[in-house]
Parts: sequence; C-alpha cells; structure tokens
Amino acid sequence: MNIEILGITVLWVFLFGYILIGAIDFGAGFFNAYSLFTGRQRILTNVIQRYLSPVWEVTNVFLVFFFVGIIGFFPKTAFYYGTTLLVPVSFAIILLAVRGSYYAFETYGARGHKGYSFAYGSTGLLLPASLSIVLTISEGGFIEIVNGQPVLDYWKLFTSPLTWSIVVLSIAATLYISSAFLTWYANKAGDHEATHLLRKYALIWAFPTIIAAGGIIFELRKHNPLHYESIQTFWPLFLISLVLFLGTIYLIWRQRHYGVAFSLLMGQFVFAFFGYGASHYPYLLYPYLTIYDSFTNQAMAVALIIAFICGLLLLIPSLYLLLRMFLFNKEYVKGNENHHA
Amino acid sequence: MDPVLYSRILTELTLSFHIIYATIGVGVPLMIMLAQWVGIKKNDEHYILLARRWARGFVITVAVGVVTGTAIGLQLSLLWPNFMELAGNVIALPLFMETFAFFFEAIFLGIYLYTWDRFENQKKHFLLLIPVALGASFSAVFITIVNAFMNAPQGFNLVNGELINVNPLVAMFNPAMPTKVAHVVGTAYMTSAFLLAAIAAFRLLRGSNHVYHKKALYLTLKVGFIFSVSAVLVGDLSGKYLAEYQPEKLAAAEWHFETEENAPLILYGVLDDGEVKYAIKIPYALSILAHGSLSAEVVGLDQFPEEDIPPLYIHYLFDIMVTIGMTLMMLSAIYWIGMWRRWSFVESRLFRWLIVAGGPLVFISLEAGWWLAEVGRQPWILRNIMRTSEGATTSGQVPTMLVLFALLYLVLGVGSVVVLRRMFIRNPVEQEIKDRQQERGGDIR
Repeated sequence: MNIEILGITVLWVFLFGYILIGAIDFGAGFFNAYSLFTGRQRILTNVIQRYLSPVWEVTNVFLVFFFVGIIGFFPKTAFYYGTTLLVPVSFAIILLAVRGSYYAFETYGARGHKGYSFAYGSTGLLLPASLSIVLTISEGGFIEIVNGQPVLDYWKLFTSPLTWSIVVLSIAATLYISSAFLTWYANKAGDHEATHLLRKYALIWAFPTIIAAGGIIFELRKHNPLHYESIQTFWPLFLISLVLFLGTIYLIWRQRHYGVAFSLLMGQFVFAFFGYGASHYPYLLYPYLTIYDSFTNQAMAVALIIAFICGLLLLIPSLYLLLRMFLFNKEYVKGNENHHA
Repeated sequence: MDPVLYSRILTELTLSFHIIYATIGVGVPLMIMLAQWVGIKKNDEHYILLARRWARGFVITVAVGVVTGTAIGLQLSLLWPNFMELAGNVIALPLFMETFAFFFEAIFLGIYLYTWDRFENQKKHFLLLIPVALGASFSAVFITIVNAFMNAPQGFNLVNGELINVNPLVAMFNPAMPTKVAHVVGTAYMTSAFLLAAIAAFRLLRGSNHVYHKKALYLTLKVGFIFSVSAVLVGDLSGKYLAEYQPEKLAAAEWHFETEENAPLILYGVLDDGEVKYAIKIPYALSILAHGSLSAEVVGLDQFPEEDIPPLYIHYLFDIMVTIGMTLMMLSAIYWIGMWRRWSFVESRLFRWLIVAGGPLVFISLEAGWWLAEVGRQPWILRNIMRTSEGATTSGQVPTMLVLFALLYLVLGVGSVVVLRRMFIRNPVEQEIKDRQQERGGDIR
C-alpha cells in the first residue's frame, strides 16, 4: 500500500465516523422535533437528550478532523473545492452553528423552547443534503475551469437527477441509521414506548435508503461510466452490504437483538461506503484531481502520519472512557443519574 | 464586487467574533481547574461551587467557540483557496495537531460536565479537568503556530513556483512562534481572569455581599496580575522579535519613519498629513524595546517600498492594547497589595467599578492586539511570499455570505448573552448554596 492510499483511507475512515455519529445526531434532532410536533415529545425527548448531550462536541470534531486532514494530505483540494463550494459549505456551517449551540443553550438556558427545537430538527435534514453536494460534485461534470479558476455550474447541479438521488439517499440513510440506533438505546434504557416508536421509524426509513442507493448506481451509468464500471468490479462488497441490510431488517422486524441489528447496520454501511470509496479511486474530483497529483510532499505526509498515530494513541482510550461512562453505563442510560454541571 | 476585499472583511468578522469565545475557551478551564484545586486543598465548598458555576457558563461559550471555530476552519479554504493550497504543503502538521488537541478537550469536557456528583472523591473529578485545560491550551498553541508561520514563513524553498525541501518542523518552529505562542496563551489566561473578576465585582456591587464573590475576586485578580505581568514581559520580547524579523510592522506600529539611533517611542498622538501631532515621546524607549540598548539603530519606514508598508492606523491599535494591558496590571497589583496591607479603599465601590470596567476593556485590548498583529502584516498573506490579493477566492458570492455570517454571529452573540444572563440570574449563588445545604444536610455555610 502506498502512502497516498494510506492517507485517503485514514480520511475515509474519519468521514465514515462522522457520517455514522453525525447521522445519529442529525436524525435524533429531527425525531425530537417531530415528536414535539405530533405531541409525542414525552416519549422521545428523554432518550434522545440523554444520549446526545455529552457527545455533541465530539461529533463536530470528526468533521473538523476530516476537512483539516484532507487539506493536509491533499492541499490541491483547497484550490478546486475551496472556491466552488463557498455557497453550499457556508450554508452547512450556518446549520452546524444552530446544532452546535443547541445542546448548550437548551440544557442550560432555553429549556423546551419550541421554535429552537424545530430549527434544530430541520437542520437534521438540511445538513446531510448540503454536505452530500460535495460527493455529487466529486463525480465530475459540474465544475469547469474558466480562466484557470474552477467554476461551479449551479444550473447543471440542481437539474441533475444524480444530485437528487444522492440528496434522497443522505436524508433517508440519516433517518434510518438514527432510528435503528435509538431503538437499541431506548431498549437498553428499558423504555418500551420509545423503543416501539423508533422501531417503526427504522422500518419505515429502511426502504427509501436502499432504493436511493440502487438509484445512484443507475444514475452513475449515464453520468460517469468510468465510475460505474469500477463499481461493477467491487460487486461482492455491495452484495455483502445488501445481505447485512436484510439481516438488520429481519432482527428489527422480529423485535430482538437490537444491538446485533445495529452492528449489522454498521457493517452494511461499512461495506457500501468503502466499496463506493474504492470504486472512486483514484479520483478526488473527476477528471481534474487524482489522489496522486494532489498529494502533499513526502516530508509532510510522513509527519502527518506520525502525528496521526500519536493522536490515536491518545484518542482511542479517551473515546473508550467516554463510551463507558455514558453509552455503556446502565445507570446513566436509564436516567437514574442526571448530574450535569 | 471585489472578492479580495470581501474575503478580508468576512475573515476579519469571523475571527474577531471567534477570538472572544476562543480566548474564554482557553483561559476559563485553567480558572476552573484552579478553583477546584483550591477547593479540594482548603476543603472549602465555596471554591468547588465556583468551579461548578464557571463550568456551567463555560459550556455556553464553548458551544459558540466550537461553531465559530469550525466556521473559520472551513473559511480558510473557502475564502483563501490559493493560499491554503500553497501553505497546506508546509503548515498542515500544526493544523492537524490542533484538531487532536481539540478532540482531546471535547471528550473530557463532555465527561467532566456530565459527571458532577458522580464521584464521591472530588479529586477524581479534578483529574478530568487536566486534559480539558491541556487540550484547550494546546489548541491555542498549535493554531498560533500556524499564524506565526504566516508572519515568518520558513521550512521550504520556493523554486519557480514549486515547493521543495519542505520541513514541517522547521516551519512550525519559526522565529515568530515563541513570542506569539507565549503572548496568546498568557493573555488568554489574563483575559479570562479579568472577565471573571469583573463578574464577581459586579455581583458584589449589585446586592450580594457574599463571601463567595470575595473569594472569587481574590483568586481571579491574583491570576490576572500574574498573567498581565507575563503579557508585558512577552510583549517586550515581541518588540525585539519584530525589530529583528519584521521591522516594517514595528516601524508602522510606532510611526517610526526614519531609520535612526537613540530612537524615541511615540505614545498616542494623531497622524495628520504625514505629521505626528499631540504625541508623547519617550526618548530612547524604542531602541530599548527593539534592541535592549539606548543607542541602537531602529529601522524606519524609509527602508521599505511603498507597497510593502502596512496601514499606519495600527499605531492606534498598539496604543489601545498597551494602555489597557498596563492599566489592568496596575489595577490588579494595587488590589493585591491592598488586600495584603488591608487598605480599605480596594474594597470600596469605586474600586470595584474599576474592576467591572476591566471586563469589557480586556476584550477591547484583545481585539486591538489581534488587529495590530494581522493588519500589521499586510499586504502579505505569507510574508514576502504571497500577497493577500493572490490568496483570495475568485467567487462572486462572498458579499452574500458576508451578510449571512454577520446575521449568524448576531444571533449567536445575543443568544449566548441572553442564555448566560438567565442562567445566573435565575439561580443566584445564595439560592444554590441553600439548595445544596438541603441536599447534603448543611455542611456548608
């Protein structure tokens, strides 16, 4: 394995981490607002807030880590993506700001403020959409080079079926991942009502997720034949992903082993996400930018990888501690203790 | 619409807003840690309560600091893509390390905040604060290293537009780094201390005469004094750094037009058609500041081509920063000595109002200092390598984004103040002490 692939793999892992915990976070916010709207707040709010409050900042770091890392390993991405993504990413920052401030403001100040909860909930749907634009653009065809500067063609972007398939997938997957996780969490907390409701959501959102995923592969056939061909060669990964998906649905349907169901779901997304990533190789932005011509110099790459390993040695035990204190702490999960500052 | 100008305005707006919260984010964990430590050592519940109440307010500022920090992190690439493409090759390492420090802090802050009263032993809980404070300070260290690099780029060779011989460590340990890092971290502690002192003094003036606030005031002003002394000492070293490596910044800040020996320091004054009026001149002081000797020659603006000279208004920023810094140092020194020698006037209303004024003033000083440092390296984004205009985006949408972000910061700014006020006014310390007494069966007064 060469160092370029190592670099992009590291970043891909972190992006996956963000997508997974981000999806739980985004979806939870949406379900929270939705339950407020339909008068079922009593059922869901406790479960959701108990899980999310201690980890909101950590979720954000995964994103920061990814974008700092990609500029570090692949500085040319700043040139191509920087100028063209000004508008969509600025919107994403503003949405993130609403989310970031929510837990602190809600917990310590404006408890139960309805308007804020709705704003927060709707960002849960808008954020996956605005961030997934980056994935759409990376398929090529939306950026042109004018006078040596990259320019994004918004008309083309917003009229492309590919764009909308990816948007639908990101939203459906967010709600699916989130409800499946929260079903497990609510079940652990012994909250049967919430478990029941969330289980229903998980089953509802499973199908749009898988249909949109299939749709994207279909769209790519026209949009980027090279990528489509490459996806074919990785078919076993996508097949495993599908099997895991069916396994998750089966377990949730039969109302048993929610923990196993969620691990299968993680497996499903791991295979699909890494299959997608591998088939994208070697392009960061088709056809202008590959991981080879944008890679940083050797000295920096080595320094970054050393820093990365040292950082992980520090982070993994800390993350484990965080999970043990909150996610896997029976007393905390059941809400028997609520000793925040 | 000129994207360069608007990119500059948007970056300045984001950073000016971010540093308020970021500085609190660096300094307050140290104060919480100290309060918790004193509380454990003296077995004094008041200090533990102090730590807890500070921590609660701190959460709000951290939230805003995190989101605006994410904003500036992304804006670097969105607004300055050409700069990031070049600089990313050389300075990615400290940027990367900064996210690790931030990660570390985020994890332990989450644990710390949600485990109050979970440990019987307060010392265990105190241990969680160490990584929080370390993470916070180290993010400041690493991000300041990036900024120092922009002032004194090194660690690479640029041959025909190609970067060769990149050495990330040499880039990190550039000449601007020691003074910048020391000044940024030291003044962050100082700022937070004076902010918390102002709050304590304000509560004492407004109704409450509780010993809790007196303890808070004593602790914060002591810390404030120590770090304002460090700010002055490091400020002097920064002057020497500038004279050696960035003489045009020093000369512009001091309105030192002609290269000369025995150079006087100009304080205050106004610039009118190239002439300095109403200024106080301190003989030889600039030579001492720059080189540590009365007679040393100090390079003036006459040595630089017009297009390399930063705007001359930075002199006013220098004056503001130094004046406020010195005033606060004196104020805290008088308070310290006064408490020790039992001078009654340090507990008078007037003196307390002065301490209250120190809260906003220290933030004005902070902003002035950063504007001085940043505007002082214009017209370069990477000194002597890339002009600011060459680094900017070519997108036409920057003005619209400027409006959007201005609105965002307005909402966040007002929101955080409203939430903080409500949080503390609804639950004053007297009430909280009473509540805890009932909970525990009366072991604190």
